[in-house]
Amino acid sequence: MSNVTEFDLHAYADGQLDDARRVLVEAHLAHDAEAAESVRIWRKQNEMLRALYNPVLNEPIAQRLLDVGATRWRWPSYAIAAAAIGLSFALGWILHANQTDVLTQIATLPRRAAVAHAIYVPEVRHPVEVGADQQDHLVQWLSKRLGTGLKVPRLKQQGFELVGGRLLPGGGGPVAQFMYQDAKGKRITLYVSIRDTEPSDTAFRFSQEGEIGVFYWIEGKLGYALSANMDREELLAIATAVYHQLNS
Amino acid sequence: MESVEIAAHIPRLRRYARALVGDGHRADDLVQDTLERSLTKFHLWRSGSDLRAWLFTIMHNVFINQLKARREFALDDVAEAALQSAPQSDPLEMRDLDAALRLLRAEQREVLLLVGLEQLSYAEAGKALGIPIGTVMSRLSRARERLRILMSGAGAPAVNNLKVVK
Repeated sequence: MSNVTEFDLHAYADGQLDDARRVLVEAHLAHDAEAAESVRIWRKQNEMLRALYNPVLNEPIAQRLLDVGATRWRWPSYAIAAAAIGLSFALGWILHANQTDVLTQIATLPRRAAVAHAIYVPEVRHPVEVGADQQDHLVQWLSKRLGTGLKVPRLKQQGFELVGGRLLPGGGGPVAQFMYQDAKGKRITLYVSIRDTEPSDTAFRFSQEGEIGVFYWIEGKLGYALSANMDREELLAIATAVYHQLNS
Repeated sequence: MESVEIAAHIPRLRRYARALVGDGHRADDLVQDTLERSLTKFHLWRSGSDLRAWLFTIMHNVFINQLKARREFALDDVAEAALQSAPQSDPLEMRDLDAALRLLRAEQREVLLLVGLEQLSYAEAGKALGIPIGTVMSRLSRARERLRILMSGAGAPAVNNLKVVK
């Protein structure tokens, strides 16, 4: 009767038709029970696929995936990479093993923080594992997992409320990520990683990782990194507040 | 830094890879290979175009190469045979969506997942897979019909039709 094709039926089921075509297909479905049943089944299949695999979105991501790019970025060609591996072997023999670990950890802290920021900040439904409404539980849980007492800075004065936190795998052990959001929905994250060594390097540094700016510093056994997609000066003001609260 | 831009897509790449290959460890291998390849080819990505669609293209190429390496194209024929004999297997098992996906041809599974799970437009799915939109539609149509048969267990009339065909 109408010129509705199977293509239209699929596109209707997938929500890919414009309004005019959609109205046409709806009129067709009203008196073609078989077509209507097909559309119902296809929609059900889509729903089942999303129900089955959407939980993957909220799984912690293996460190090996987060680390992709770190080496390649620093060593642009295989030749240099090979040379670097040779060199690090040599350094490993010369330097105390722990010392190179420390250097690596400091170098990768802002990048890991920026990657974790980029991954979880866009999440609408699962930005955090434990919400700010259970702040006591959140702090206890993450402190226990990192094996040290954590403090959660209050950033109300800077216009940011705590959304919550999550536990992430890190290079040297578990990592805590706290997320904050302002009234406009802008999000910042504080990444706290535990280190097995304890150098007294507390220098306050900045690193620009793509669009994400990161202020980071080391305080005893903990490495902190504050990440946001915002102006460096603006982020500096917040980072300073975080730094002072953690050290008061 | 491109690795950070790309990293933002890791959760979705993992979701698609999990549905595509089933096993979690193999799925992460596929994601890792995709990330590594995307970083070496990042200069080929046109800034401003959809990074996610481009990453799916790379994942498709990596996936196809893995299939070739494992000769799973041949295994697809085994899957075909399993599909034909589906009425004899346990219908409860056949209702398991993940198991049913494994019995789809890889090329059909890709289209079904890019459209149904990742909600790409037909044009985007065609671009990611390097096929014309007409091919997207015919694969989608076949994938959905097969999935319907697999999920419906023994009783569906279409399954009997298939038996006749065999």
